[in-house]
Amino acid sequence: MANIISDETIEYVGILAKLELSSEEKEVAKKDLADMLNYIDKLSELDTTGVEPMSHVFSAGNVMREDVVTNGDGSEDTLSNAPSRKDDTFIVPKTVEG
Amino acid sequence: MNELCNLTAVELGKKIAAGETDAVAAMQAVIENIEAKEDELNCYVTFDKEAALKRAKEVKKLMDEGKLSGPLAGVPVAIKDNMCTKGMLTTCSSKILSNFVPTYSSEAVINLEKAGAVIIGKTNMDEFAMGSTTETSAYGVTKNPRNTEHVPGGSSGGSAAAVAADECFFALGSDTGGSIRQPASYCGVVGLKPTYGTVSRYGLIAYGSSLDQIGPLCKDVTDCATIMDIIASYDPKDSTSIKREKYDFTSALKEDVKGMKIGIPRTYFKEGLDGEVKDAVLKAVDVLKQRGAIVSEFDLDLVDYAIPTYYTIADAEASSNLERFDGVKYGYRAKEYDGLHNMYKKTRSEGFGPEVKRRIMLGSFVLSSGYYDAYYLKALKVKALIKKAFDDAFTKYDVIIGPVAPTTAPKLGASLSDPIKMYLSDIYTISLNLAGLPGLSIPVGKDKSGLPIGMQLIGDCFKEDNIIRAGYTYEQAVK
Repeated sequence: MANIISDETIEYVGILAKLELSSEEKEVAKKDLADMLNYIDKLSELDTTGVEPMSHVFSAGNVMREDVVTNGDGSEDTLSNAPSRKDDTFIVPKTVEG
Repeated sequence: MNELCNLTAVELGKKIAAGETDAVAAMQAVIENIEAKEDELNCYVTFDKEAALKRAKEVKKLMDEGKLSGPLAGVPVAIKDNMCTKGMLTTCSSKILSNFVPTYSSEAVINLEKAGAVIIGKTNMDEFAMGSTTETSAYGVTKNPRNTEHVPGGSSGGSAAAVAADECFFALGSDTGGSIRQPASYCGVVGLKPTYGTVSRYGLIAYGSSLDQIGPLCKDVTDCATIMDIIASYDPKDSTSIKREKYDFTSALKEDVKGMKIGIPRTYFKEGLDGEVKDAVLKAVDVLKQRGAIVSEFDLDLVDYAIPTYYTIADAEASSNLERFDGVKYGYRAKEYDGLHNMYKKTRSEGFGPEVKRRIMLGSFVLSSGYYDAYYLKALKVKALIKKAFDDAFTKYDVIIGPVAPTTAPKLGASLSDPIKMYLSDIYTISLNLAGLPGLSIPVGKDKSGLPIGMQLIGDCFKEDNIIRAGYTYEQAVK
């Protein structure tokens, strides 16, 4: 079954992916996404009834540690990468209205 | 070219240890070679000659004082640009990280530096390791040193090309679906993807976290094992790091495959495989057979399902991992925007290239409500089946051998127009990442146009010793 990606779907994917696409990019994305889904649909040929999904090849549990700082204060180094900063803070556009 | 550049990493390390040369002379030799070739090849994204020489002088001083020694002490190394290097630009070949200077180094790099290896610079790659040709880099394509009309492969194309061109003595790469093994094959060098969890991913900028693994690209199997001894470690900072029983890879450097059971998957040699590649790989298998390996063919199931499974899982993980690039704390931020959300969107849309956007969108889609079960969960189930197919095979065989890629390196510009076609170049490598298995790529000849052909030796999890032993035996036999 061939997949067709609607304008609404590509709009929604753009919101999820936090990407702003031009109208040309949207058309390309619709086709690319449909092509890939057609390709991935091959997996539906396989009967996976009763198969446990494997997220990790080795059974991995959570790895816990004490909540203790071990690497010192790197705040100045970290802030030196900031696109915009003021003193010890990152500057971002206004996030709360009113 | 300075004759030092022809040495393998271990050969150079021995000469340095014997006092016949030193870390600074080695760095100077490699710098001369980089300056002669780099305009054409573009292996490096970041190469700072003075800084590299300064690091070499520091190592030389420590060695002179007797404070540092080892097989790779003083040997210059290139690092793929998705591994953080403290104080050294790390771009992932993306515009979005064009100004990112990490505040810490990745564990693999720290391990190398502790052993005295000296970083030359950072190598070019497909943007965020998403690609098979190194053409999706925001910093220009890298050319294959064996034939500059062709791609070096990818995504660790800069690392593979730098090794092939003697622009370094060895390099680190990362492999999510074949990104070490395939460029190693295309460039005629040795590359290893270790068992998942063997080399710490701490400081490796994540693409598909359940698949990513760091490994060496180098000139021969001896170098490969020696580098693994140094970079493999249990690291509590990587929650998926595995505590292995042993971290000794060089003890597998034995010229002995008597009684080793080698399986040849018929499905890897069917249609789609170039005839010259097929012949070269089977000829190499014969060399091992003549030395006492027991070779038989078998049917490995599910080969055709590996790529769709991979792209579902890798892109899902990528869409999540790449959410962090939002223009707030580091990296590129769009110049003009209207409010916070528009800043995120503009920053990401301007900062990411087309292939990265394509994968983030597919990943977002397969994880979205209503499609999660049909795509993502389905892929995780097929992954379990693929793992089981390998588990079954490894009850009968010590090593599975096939080609690394269906063809030799394609021409520059021939792959990007059709993503699915490009993805197919990873058909033999990708399932190892899904199953966590180690894979070694070694050169086994050239096609009629002079492009290298690679053979892939696949081992069971934690059985790098088998593939290193088989690879080493082959290498010694044809020397």
